[in-house]
Amino acid sequence: MSTEQAIQTYRQDARITDVDALVVKNFSVYYETDTGTVKACDDVSFTLKQGERFALVGESGSGKTTLAMGLMRLTRPPGHIASGSVMLNGRDITTLSDDDMRKARLSDLALVPQGAMNSLNPVMRIEHQIVDGILDHLEEDEPAPTKEELQETVRDLLIRVGLRPGVARLFPHELSGGMKQRVAMAIGISLRPRLIIADEPTSALDVVVQRQIMQTLGRLQEGLDASIMLVGHDMGLVAQFADTIGVMYAGKLVEVGPVEEVFSDPKHPYTRLLIGSLPSLKEKREFLGIPGLPPQLIFLPKGCAFEDRCPSRFEKCAGSVPQKLNIGGRRDVACHLYEGEVKS
Amino acid sequence: MPPVRRRGQVVSTFLELDHVTKTFGSQGMFGSGDVTVAVDDVSLTIDEDEPSITTVAGESGSGKTTLSRLLLGSHVPSGGRMLYRGKDFTKLTRRERRNFRREIQPIFQDPFESYNPFYKVDHVLDAPIKNFKLTSSTREKHQMIEDALEMVGLVPEETLGRFPHQLSGGQRQRIMVARALLLKPRVILADEPVSMVDASLRATILDSIRRLNRDLGISVVYVTHDLTTAYQISDNIIIMYRGTVVEAGTVDEVIPNPQHPYTQLLIESIPQPDPKNRWGSEPPQQDWDTTDTQIAGCRFADRCPAVMDICRTKKPAQYLINKNQLTTCFLHEEKGEMENPDITSTFQIESETIKARPANQ
Repeated sequence: MSTEQAIQTYRQDARITDVDALVVKNFSVYYETDTGTVKACDDVSFTLKQGERFALVGESGSGKTTLAMGLMRLTRPPGHIASGSVMLNGRDITTLSDDDMRKARLSDLALVPQGAMNSLNPVMRIEHQIVDGILDHLEEDEPAPTKEELQETVRDLLIRVGLRPGVARLFPHELSGGMKQRVAMAIGISLRPRLIIADEPTSALDVVVQRQIMQTLGRLQEGLDASIMLVGHDMGLVAQFADTIGVMYAGKLVEVGPVEEVFSDPKHPYTRLLIGSLPSLKEKREFLGIPGLPPQLIFLPKGCAFEDRCPSRFEKCAGSVPQKLNIGGRRDVACHLYEGEVKS
Repeated sequence: MPPVRRRGQVVSTFLELDHVTKTFGSQGMFGSGDVTVAVDDVSLTIDEDEPSITTVAGESGSGKTTLSRLLLGSHVPSGGRMLYRGKDFTKLTRRERRNFRREIQPIFQDPFESYNPFYKVDHVLDAPIKNFKLTSSTREKHQMIEDALEMVGLVPEETLGRFPHQLSGGQRQRIMVARALLLKPRVILADEPVSMVDASLRATILDSIRRLNRDLGISVVYVTHDLTTAYQISDNIIIMYRGTVVEAGTVDEVIPNPQHPYTQLLIESIPQPDPKNRWGSEPPQQDWDTTDTQIAGCRFADRCPAVMDICRTKKPAQYLINKNQLTTCFLHEEKGEMENPDITSTFQIESETIKARPANQ
């Protein structure tokens, strides 16, 4: 093991505690449409430890963003949270009043959106956008901070995300994609949240900037002692960054487990194909895609949603939806193949 | 312009860039004084007799899109010459220019924005036939469209007559490849064709692009920042940084043995899908505050881990590492400056390329 790796393992162990930061149970978000109910996120359960980096991966339309928005309670009609509970540091946020939820966002759980896209206001200077959230979250009896204090806070936040303080006076169009993403992170951490949800934070950026952003995010997380939920579809990024991975397919969480174990021994056939389809720099070979397309979420089959694309399907797969099974340690998989293993 | 002689072989050139520079902004009376040198002194050739897949790679702002727009003729060089079949690009007749427009076809990044959502997808396939008057018979037109669709692995009955929103991103992007094919181009220029498409669908698009090259003998210029797919499909690669070519050669030389510190950083930063092999420490950020014209030496000097005094004061030349690889880095100064400024002279010629490739599927 190289020194770099040793340091990493040590830091990883020091970072993750045994405290449950986020417990999601049977969480479902449905969209009601004229043609029927779209189960975009269906019966999802998982646990995130304090300090852990959890990555949620899946193709577009698999429900990963729906899940992330649902956890923030930012689902818009016709979508609604159909069932389930979300315990964040011991508090069920699905039962909070709208006002309390508004307060909880940013201070307890913060969203870092795709900053390079349209999440910043084009006609506001960066400093005002950062300060906006801070002022909005002041308690009624709390005295408003002075201009100097706010400037100091903005300065401090910008330095922490790796920007020079002068950026405060700029407008979003004066920044590069990577700088905008850093601003989005600065806003996200401004109230020291316990959970950071990062939705494809680097999807529009190139590799070197992507690496810098992810490493900055990791450093910020360590400073805040927060947990991170990373939403994305880049398996490479997940392997580099996360401790735990959750794979979504057609609105369901089909596999959860520690990153090393899932990459070295994927259990669900979908995860296996997903990892197998990654092009490599080590050898040249023919591209392996996953044949077929994911099902439409409005017309889900009676059995497993992956059945028609699955190379290991058998009779049972078309008949019933596989339930989540624990196959030892922190590894869960929802596939009929492993039912025998669990019983024995 | 006589044919270029390269490694003893005479080949006709389709397109030639001769010390081309492209700058934006001006220092003149109304200019703000900020000049961006998007492409700095690049010489290269695209041959039609040696169809190959060439990747142009680099981060945002490296000039790779400007270079591809120059090749498409939608930017005019600020310095240097561009030659189309040996003739200066600015002196082309209408007919020659029209021919040029047919022979080089682009495929763009976003398979959503290249369509008009109110028209059926047939429209993007009809339009080029009409504009270039490829045929006047309806039956022949249908035949051409169907052939082009089949060539990229689409079933015409399942594709035609639909609206863009009824098709997946992968299908839409393949229709764009089919559209380009209709015009029987000599060169296809694909600017980030798969970056907006899901990983599981990338394979099919890249595969259809590769087939164009192998089966139809079309040269492909693949513009990307994704070195992994570049390595998988291309023969040659050009790495750009802030407008300059920092390294070029065959992928089999450049990717396994990158010589320029920037290429090394780029390859190191690719998120490998291997949790046991993680990134090292955070690399330094680019300093966008110094404008291009303020940099006297190497543009990468401020971020380079191996920077020397000379890097800050003098511009590096192109040094030849071996016959298939060049770099512009003073670390390799002892190898000697290249005589031929054409970076494509390090590329593999076709006969070698075919031997090196795996057999057709």
